[in-house]
Amino acid sequence: MNSRLRWRKFVSGFMLAMTGVCALVSVSVLFLILGYLVFHGGTSISWNFFTKLPAPVGETGGGMANAILGSGKLLLLAALIGVPVGFFGAIYLAEFSGSTTAFVVRYAADLLNGVPSIVIGIFAYSLVVLPFKHFSTLSGGFALGLMMIPITLRSTEEFLRAVPNALREAAMALGASKSKTIATVIVPAAYRGILTAVLLAFARVAGETAPLLFTAFGNRFWSQGWNQPTAALPEMIYRYAISPYDDWHRQAWAAGLVLLGLILIINIVARAILSRGIAVPRT
Amino acid sequence: MSVNIPPIATSATAKETSAALAMRMSISKVNFFYGSKQTLFDISMGIATNKVTSLIGPSGCGKSTLLRTLNRMHETVRGARLEGEILLDGQNILRQDVTAHRRRVGMVFQRPNPFPKSIFDNVAYGLRINGSKLPISEAVEKSLRHAALWDEVKDHLHKSAYELSGGQQQRLCIARALAVEPEVLLLDEPCSALDPISTAKIEELLVQLTDLCTIVIVTHNMQQAARVSDFTAFLLLGQLIEFSPTPQLFTTPGDPRTEAYITGRFG
Repeated sequence: MNSRLRWRKFVSGFMLAMTGVCALVSVSVLFLILGYLVFHGGTSISWNFFTKLPAPVGETGGGMANAILGSGKLLLLAALIGVPVGFFGAIYLAEFSGSTTAFVVRYAADLLNGVPSIVIGIFAYSLVVLPFKHFSTLSGGFALGLMMIPITLRSTEEFLRAVPNALREAAMALGASKSKTIATVIVPAAYRGILTAVLLAFARVAGETAPLLFTAFGNRFWSQGWNQPTAALPEMIYRYAISPYDDWHRQAWAAGLVLLGLILIINIVARAILSRGIAVPRT
Repeated sequence: MSVNIPPIATSATAKETSAALAMRMSISKVNFFYGSKQTLFDISMGIATNKVTSLIGPSGCGKSTLLRTLNRMHETVRGARLEGEILLDGQNILRQDVTAHRRRVGMVFQRPNPFPKSIFDNVAYGLRINGSKLPISEAVEKSLRHAALWDEVKDHLHKSAYELSGGQQQRLCIARALAVEPEVLLLDEPCSALDPISTAKIEELLVQLTDLCTIVIVTHNMQQAARVSDFTAFLLLGQLIEFSPTPQLFTTPGDPRTEAYITGRFG
């Protein structure tokens, strides 16, 4: 074997090993985080965590029931804003708009997606908090909803475009109008992808802290209503993790685990829904 | 590009036959453009009621384009423009409501394109969107029987349409088109993605279907045109070169280009 061939074999082996190691690293980061979270959070989680309000400073125990409910309310609001706007916007882009409009809107959505979440928070602050003169659940949900729009829009559009044109033609040749074709063929054919996209957007904003800091603000008690400040899990994690108390640190870990668990449950439920129905086979 | 356009070779017998036949559709002086590119030149022909008319010609000759104008599917393409007149039962189709027109002129495509729904829902689709008053399950059975698919699928109507073979899927698409009881059925190379046995089944089916409707089929396959159709139109570079009863076109073509094509000298 001459030296050139030996060198080539060495490079090939080296590069192969590198790609393998990188693949392993990317997976192990996730498992490391998960393991750490389960290890620390698991020991601090208890029934009280789900049912009790935060304990007063200096006392141990208590829970984050208000933050769990608060996160739920914020996500509901976010979904009410982000999903319809993203979904119908995507239908316009994929089915109706000319290529220039689509390009401009897509580009703007990508830019919006890249706007730092703290800036979104400031925007919601000046648009909702200032006029109402109140930190509120509403403003927090509004900020998260804004963040969901571009994610939902872009991925829904991709999935709508992936529906084979043959299906559009089949429906139209049977006398379906454009709107009927979209409602009865295209969206049903793409709904798995769309739902996955919505869930990803959901998971992404569920963990956002920055936009909530000066919108939902946080609350150590039950929120008094939609126009009042509310606690949220990521915001509680932030406050508890930077506190000087060991008990609070443990609760922050527990909150992290609960947040992850909630997202996981939503994902599993959605997968179960997705597995029903008929998918368009890949060709 | 300048193309010398000789008069269409239409034989005396073709004229006699077509005079005696009722015409379901008539195409007159149709010119078709994609943007500034003209793809059909001054086409005029009739589609005889309850007969099979086939359109043949080499790739790119405009036969699929011509077919798609008959149910106005060309309008789904940006920049497509049609000049001339196409009549269905004496009415200009371009002045009708497009969805209503497409219910009367159904279409089956080159590749089977069932919806991601059950077999039953595929056939029922046209009835449902049109708010048909007919009992749906009876209409579905009837259409599947007409498409010679009923016996193969009657025990699993609620399975996915994608579990059927390619040939069965194509017959399902035919059943789906038949369910809305169209007057004309257009088929765009319906067998080009199928094996010979499935092809034979569909060809047999087409001949039977003339009891129900008028059929126009685009085919790449001259033998298929000869087997199934009553009339054949030969197109070349967007022009109608010859339109005659099928036996005549294949035995005594009136134009040297037709003869050259059917004897395999080009195409």
